Amino acid sequence: MSTQSILGLFQQPEPAADAMDGLKEAGFELGTFDVLTGTPYPEGAFGEYVPQHRLFRFPAFGAIIGFTLSVFLTAATQLAYPIVTGGKPILSIFAMLIIMYEMTMLAGVIATVVGIIFESRLPNMKPGIYDTRITEGWIGVVITFDDDSKVADAESVLNKAGALEIKHA
Amino acid sequence: MQQRRELDQVYTNRKLLNGQLDTPKWWAPTVSILGVIVLLGLIVIAIMINKGLGVTGLSRPVYWGLFITTFVFWVGISHAGIMISAILRLTQAEWRRPVTRAAELLTVFSLLTALVFPLIHAGRPWRIAYWIMPYDVARGIYPNIRSPLIMDPVAISTYLIGSSLFLYIALLPDLGNLRDRTAGWKNAMYTVLALGWRGNPRQWKMQTVGGILLSALMLPIFVSVHSIVSWDFAIAAAVEGWHSTIFAPYFVIGAVHSGVSAVVTMMALMRWLWKWDDFIRPEHFDALARPLIVVATGWLGFTFLELTFALYGQDAPEIALREMQMFEWPWNLLFIIFFLTAYAIPVPMWLFKRVRTNIALMFWTSILVNIGMWLERFLIIVPGLARRTPFVYTWEAYRPSAVEWTIFIWSFAWVTFLMLLFSKFFPLVPLFEQKESQVFTDDVMIGRAKVPAIVREAD
Repeated sequence: MSTQSILGLFQQPEPAADAMDGLKEAGFELGTFDVLTGTPYPEGAFGEYVPQHRLFRFPAFGAIIGFTLSVFLTAATQLAYPIVTGGKPILSIFAMLIIMYEMTMLAGVIATVVGIIFESRLPNMKPGIYDTRITEGWIGVVITFDDDSKVADAESVLNKAGALEIKHA
Repeated sequence: MQQRRELDQVYTNRKLLNGQLDTPKWWAPTVSILGVIVLLGLIVIAIMINKGLGVTGLSRPVYWGLFITTFVFWVGISHAGIMISAILRLTQAEWRRPVTRAAELLTVFSLLTALVFPLIHAGRPWRIAYWIMPYDVARGIYPNIRSPLIMDPVAISTYLIGSSLFLYIALLPDLGNLRDRTAGWKNAMYTVLALGWRGNPRQWKMQTVGGILLSALMLPIFVSVHSIVSWDFAIAAAVEGWHSTIFAPYFVIGAVHSGVSAVVTMMALMRWLWKWDDFIRPEHFDALARPLIVVATGWLGFTFLELTFALYGQDAPEIALREMQMFEWPWNLLFIIFFLTAYAIPVPMWLFKRVRTNIALMFWTSILVNIGMWLERFLIIVPGLARRTPFVYTWEAYRPSAVEWTIFIWSFAWVTFLMLLFSKFFPLVPLFEQKESQVFTDDVMIGRAKVPAIVREAD
């Protein structure tokens, strides 16, 4: 018994959505089948599993780190060379705020980008079964299973929905 | 979107990837010529560094001349990307789709170019290391964070890193597309860069949510960058015409005016060079020109305020400076050209839809705006310094040398060269955005009129 997957290819969204419904009705668990498209479709267009994500935590986490680092950097810089200029205090809060602001935002942006990549489950250099026609408008329904006996069921669902081609991997 | 055309995805791929999958005939000669200019410019920069700043026209009291003017100009141009990409994305403006990538790209390359000018202007660029990020533990000398000359590189670096990451994230689906259409070493390159993109609902959701999140994060940076650039001048109390409280919003709105105009120039060039008539349509120029009228008029208001404050303050040196800017040769000629090109010619023309939808006219008027906006920066920076400490033995006014003009021309060739080089490997129009537009748009009948309708998700 080995993990394998099959890919059904469709040219229209309706039969692809029918295939997704059929797979649910045939008892395939959520997360074992997915839909691949070359363009974003409205959420739920294929009755697909809507993934949960924690992307909103990333910028907040990054901003906290950036702010902490910036406080340390700006304060330490001035305290390390404590020369009074123009009668101003050694720790010039206004000047510190500008650099703290930029560093907080920068860390927030970097953390968001890391979050987008992580939550997209990338990088994935062995992405599995795929077809290049997906980026030409075709829609792929991919099913992954451990149990070989379910391959025939999946093929049957895909054929019934009107798959134009079925690929195995 | 009255001019919308139904385009299938194979056609969209073929047309929008024509720069990567084929090489247009004009590409190699153009890049070669630009490459020669870039090389000449680099040689001139090397000569200037070797000989010293004596080869420039910089001399007391004008030590900030063409280089700093061009630095501010390119930072201004860089505001195009986030203005177009982030604000239009957040407001779900449908017409943003063909212009976002090119605008983001313009941001990145113009910032890279802007950064060169303060470095070379310092005369000995390697010493910048002690100025910005010395952390010279051995000597115990650290940067003076109270100086805007430190805040400035911090802000620009933040903007550059953020914009580059924003550009890359939005490029991922198109890198997947290019991976599917190429073979050999190109396929290997796109496979690595696409990080294994497949286009499942999780990845698309992250593109959508992440795009909005990054837009929201980049907007405050966008405002801060040109504000901080303006403080390079506004915090200097000793120079007439610089010490102004309205400089931050004045610079930001001026940057949007010049940046969005630069996007218009680039859109026209993209349409003509790659023959993207189906994707970059007159309606897109119309949509960009409308907010430009408002932005330009707001910017003119700030220009007027600058002059009003100078007159009402009854500060004799300030009034003398304004007289010099507007009435003394050769500044008066520059002032007239500035006013005509930045506002008086293009904006009244844009009031007419015939002009807004005429691509050639939009191209030339957008170029006029950027001539004017460059002159605006020159007229802010140089006259203020020229009047500063007017020693009796300072007979000559600032006159940029051939070295400075060559480096100025180099900067335009360099940005164009980088854009064309990028276009050889990556699409300038986001394909997935174009395709999404087709999926989310349909024609509906209202009475006997067929009108395009755009579907939007509730959240």
